[in-house]
Amino acid sequence: MKTTRRDFLKVAGVTALGMAAGAGSALANSKGAYLPHYEHMAPGHQHLTAKRWGMVIDTRAFHGEEDFAPLIEACHKEHNVPHLPGKQEVKWLWTDSFHASFPHNHQEFLAERVHHSRYLLLCNHCDNPPCVRVCPTKATFKREDGIVMMDMHRCIGCRFCMAGCPYGSRSFNFQDPRPFIAEENPVYPTRMKGVVEKCTFCTERLAEGKMPACVEASEGKIVFGDLGDPDSEIRHILAENFTLRRKPDLGTSPSVFYII
Amino acid sequence: MLEKALNGNKYYWWWIGLLLACIAVGAYNYVLQFQHGLQLTNMSRDVSWGFYVAQLTYLVGVAASGVMLVLPYYLHDYKKFGNLVVFGEFMAIGAIIMCLLFVIVDLGQPKRLMNVVLHPTPNSVLFWDMIVLNGYMFLNIIVGWASLEAQKKGVPYAKWVKILAIVSVPFAFSIHTVTAFLYAGIPARHFWLTAIMAARFLASAFCAGPAIMLLLLFIVEKVAKFELGEYAVKMLARIITYAMIFNVFFFGLELFTAFYSQIPGHMHSIVYLFAGLEDPATGQHLGVMVPYFWTAAFLALLSLALLIPSTTRNCKPVLIFALLILIAATWIDKGMGLVVAGFIPNMFEGVTEYMPSSTELFISLGIYAIGALVVTVLWKIAVSVKKAAA
Amino acid sequence: MYDGGKIIAGLIVFLGIVGFPFWYNAGSAGYKTPELKLPPKSKATECIEATEWMRAEHMQLLNTWRDSVVREGNLEYTTASGSHVEMSLQKSCMDCHDSKKDFCDKCHTAAAVEPYCWDCHIAPKEEK
Repeated sequence: MKTTRRDFLKVAGVTALGMAAGAGSALANSKGAYLPHYEHMAPGHQHLTAKRWGMVIDTRAFHGEEDFAPLIEACHKEHNVPHLPGKQEVKWLWTDSFHASFPHNHQEFLAERVHHSRYLLLCNHCDNPPCVRVCPTKATFKREDGIVMMDMHRCIGCRFCMAGCPYGSRSFNFQDPRPFIAEENPVYPTRMKGVVEKCTFCTERLAEGKMPACVEASEGKIVFGDLGDPDSEIRHILAENFTLRRKPDLGTSPSVFYII
Repeated sequence: MLEKALNGNKYYWWWIGLLLACIAVGAYNYVLQFQHGLQLTNMSRDVSWGFYVAQLTYLVGVAASGVMLVLPYYLHDYKKFGNLVVFGEFMAIGAIIMCLLFVIVDLGQPKRLMNVVLHPTPNSVLFWDMIVLNGYMFLNIIVGWASLEAQKKGVPYAKWVKILAIVSVPFAFSIHTVTAFLYAGIPARHFWLTAIMAARFLASAFCAGPAIMLLLLFIVEKVAKFELGEYAVKMLARIITYAMIFNVFFFGLELFTAFYSQIPGHMHSIVYLFAGLEDPATGQHLGVMVPYFWTAAFLALLSLALLIPSTTRNCKPVLIFALLILIAATWIDKGMGLVVAGFIPNMFEGVTEYMPSSTELFISLGIYAIGALVVTVLWKIAVSVKKAAA
Repeated sequence: MYDGGKIIAGLIVFLGIVGFPFWYNAGSAGYKTPELKLPPKSKATECIEATEWMRAEHMQLLNTWRDSVVREGNLEYTTASGSHVEMSLQKSCMDCHDSKKDFCDKCHTAAAVEPYCWDCHIAPKEEK
């Protein structure tokens, strides 16, 4: 008998179908098979929601490093951010001068107060984030509520996002950070060497119905809220005050605003 | 055909032994880096890519240059390249293997490499770079091997070989274009944010790659008594010359746009490379790249002065010298300056400098040795087959 | 003329390398399921899912939790008996199973697997 290619393909197809069906029923029958209980997973009942989370920092209310220190400490303690000296440092929240913070806003004869002030810097949670665009594994991604989030489990450490971020918001773990964490927060993970990290707008706190750690520690100097809701407090503040964003000309549309 | 790589004189084996020793040094240093993390490199929060990514960029160009032989031979039926084309393909294989290794040693979590495949992300240029690099490598392996085997058997290569060879032409252009897109699409890195980046990359690739190949072929000609063919060499030298003219011209375009427009962001990185920049926080003037870049500029122009007149170009010792300085100039430009200067000034207009650490240099040495070993073995096979067929 | 000696030598080397795990472990004691120290009844009487199921599937469950929490912003898991727990290795799992050494490590060491959970997640302090 001569088997033609067509016959062969027919037989092969039927066999494959049969095997698939058999495997399917076998899976369904076996008790140990894992059925991901997706329907058993839900957001926390107190979780805070928004169309697009954003932040307004009233820079007039901060008068020196001692005003910033509690915020930075609250953030870095909460998230187990290591204190590493030198140029391979890791930071989520820090301060810098006006010129360093707003390099596209080079004002000649800048007001003394503005010139001497420090500015609180963190991830801008851009509406159009370049770091998300360049990440080859979706380890950094934008959530539906606008937060640019990091999945440290998936990050391969290629550091494309660090090249892509126009705000220097990202840090890489050049080494194991654990020895450099003075006091570990037992309810939040640390990171391992070889992954990138940054501010997450405290998604873990929002999930529990709490404001971000820096906002809480700022005692009203920072307002956090929904930019997508025209009636929100943050939108009223933005309507009433002149604000700056960092490097708006790049089209990234940062969600962090500064009242100067 | 692999067995042909096992017959060689004692110099051949000394060379292989030397390469293996270099690979061992690189491997040892990589084990250290794997254990202790990238803290052993001189990269930093500000300069987050360094020597590894720069070598990747340079070698993608070397790999792409094989097309300068493939295209005339397969597409225009330029028979005089017939004897050399397989060397171009085999060198591309070695270059891409080095590229892939440089990607891997640069990763913070190399064990998670496969996440790029498990979670494919078409909006990331790195995803496409992976696809075109691997695609180009396999095309070269198949085409190079099949055409050589045909020659060994004394028959013309099959028609599908020609088809795949022609497919490899757009792949060669795409690997370097996509690699340029890694940089050219990033907002806020002014030095990279330029539409001519891909064209510049291709021009520097098509001069530096064939220059390296021609020098290596001269060595083969000498140690293996293998005839390259006078016309083929002359043609290749002419291709190198034209590509270098374009390369220098394109860089001139960058200079014009930056310095005639006077937009600070466009000028800063170039000023840093040729004069250094002041770090606003410390007031220090930093310019570790300056001597290298003036050297590169001088060598580039000198190489053109020697390559453009046919009298000097056709004189072999002068040609060899011109190729050497051309390679040095393009390597300083792409293998040192391009990546680092993109990070200087940093996102806060501060200056953090970078020079590779000894770990980075040793690991890179190991990878270059792996590439050299691959090229040596493949070229050895090619020379043996071709001499037996002749 | 067929290099028989070389072929046989090569085959022996090949089998030696391929069979390494077998002959390396030959003669050592057989695998015994380690005895785990379960949380005291005062702390918890049941796990979030059946014990058998957890034993076989906890790694997939943790992977699913990971993606659900980090990527989808979820927090709560409804257990087999209908109560709610926070999907958190550090806050929920290790709250009952409060010793990594007596629980996680026992099986993982016996099975020679090294999950990378603890590179980032903080294990409870072990009581000495």
